[in-house]
Amino acid sequence: MPEALSLLCRVPAHPESRCWALAWSPGGALLASCGGDRAVRVWGRAGSSWTCRAVLGDGHQRTVRRVAWSPCGSYLASASFDGTTCVWKRQEDGFECVATLEGHENEVKSVAWAPSGSLLATCSRDKSVWVWEVDEEEEYECVSVLNAHTQDVKHVVWHPSQELLASASYDDTVRLYREEEDDWVCCATLEGHDSTVWAVAFDKEGERLASVSDDRTLRVWRRYHPGNQEGVACSGTDPTWKCVCTLSGYHSRTIYDVSWCHLTGALATACGDDAIRVFEESPTSEEAQPTFSLTAHVPRAHSQDVNGVAWNPKEPGLLASCSDDGDIAFWKYQRPEGC
Amino acid sequence: MVGPGPAPLENANPLIYRRSGERPVTAREEDDELPDAIDDREIFDLIRSINDPEHPLTLEELNVVEQVRVKVNDAESTVSVEFTPTIPHCSMATLIGLSIKVKLLRSLPERFKLDVHITPGTHASEHAVNKQLADKERVAAALENSHLLEVVNQCLSARS
Repeated sequence: MPEALSLLCRVPAHPESRCWALAWSPGGALLASCGGDRAVRVWGRAGSSWTCRAVLGDGHQRTVRRVAWSPCGSYLASASFDGTTCVWKRQEDGFECVATLEGHENEVKSVAWAPSGSLLATCSRDKSVWVWEVDEEEEYECVSVLNAHTQDVKHVVWHPSQELLASASYDDTVRLYREEEDDWVCCATLEGHDSTVWAVAFDKEGERLASVSDDRTLRVWRRYHPGNQEGVACSGTDPTWKCVCTLSGYHSRTIYDVSWCHLTGALATACGDDAIRVFEESPTSEEAQPTFSLTAHVPRAHSQDVNGVAWNPKEPGLLASCSDDGDIAFWKYQRPEGC
Repeated sequence: MVGPGPAPLENANPLIYRRSGERPVTAREEDDELPDAIDDREIFDLIRSINDPEHPLTLEELNVVEQVRVKVNDAESTVSVEFTPTIPHCSMATLIGLSIKVKLLRSLPERFKLDVHITPGTHASEHAVNKQLADKERVAAALENSHLLEVVNQCLSARS
């Protein structure tokens, strides 16, 4: 098993600070990172190493918690503890801040672009999730403020192909939202975690969702549509999301991030015990009761908490991770034989 | 979390405990050739002089921190501290816990994992306070708040 995940390269990305999150550009050529030094950095490959191509240093007054690329790859959004979200446009010689989204009462924790590229979601310690619409003049307008959570909202992600939004919270739940008659509504609440849910990730088809938590478990939820053959009850026309797998006993501290590879199906986790783990579904796994096994475990992947993991969207097995130690590490994942 | 204001004291007459003596230095510790592992007493020494946000007393003098509630595992790089608020409804509990956490974050090597909890059964909002102290994102954001940072620094400053 030790060979399953091998280190390719380590970069001091946010020295003297912590690196909070990573995001690959849709084409897979660039990696954006952000951190406690209030900066966003963009990295590109240079031979066997990675070099900094741009520093977006003047957008935020406090920690930058998350970054997200637009589906076209021309824009980068950054969410900050200063309460704002910046939208950066890629130019020939760098990035220019073209919009600053204000409105949240305090720290913005996460930002995500919908697959169409015309919607953006943000979430905050103020317990709300905001949906923003962008028009052709690059004007952003808030179209909905969702107050379904009772606490701090930690993370937002969009379904890979539908306008379905998921959010994870300090209130131990995951919530899903969809548009209904010009407004957005909460259409599902996923209860089961015993503590803060730090991150969520959809699989390639978007029929399953993985969530990771301070309760040290990873849960996999499956969507059941009304009238499903399995007999899972649905209320009205909305599907039900049911927990079909709980991975416990693997992580020894809070799990901060999860990435579900849309090329290979592998799940990677970032944990407060400094480790990176990869899980894969068994080939004999049943849909209603899937089984996942640990296929890679790097105990000291970083010298401090691992905060983020991200699979490259184009190159199977290329994984990036980031940590409180300020580094980004690049890993090659080789699926072990017999798995 | 709020700073100390002109409001009446929540616990006007706290019990005051005697401070422990200085740590005796052993011959082994004076030998520079030998590595010194970080032990419970060393952690206790770091936190015992933290000022209470309400009284001109230290956390040790109020028995909020005790050496027996400090657990260190140097080999595994873990530190666990339990603290005991003087009254079960103490609104300063989060601030006290944050001060302990910040003191240890600033003093210890980065390899250590820190867990700061309320002594079980001694506070009405034990679970909520513990959860907040364990959330490193909230702690990081709190320390970027200049007002709150000032209050924490007051708790950590040496008394004149």
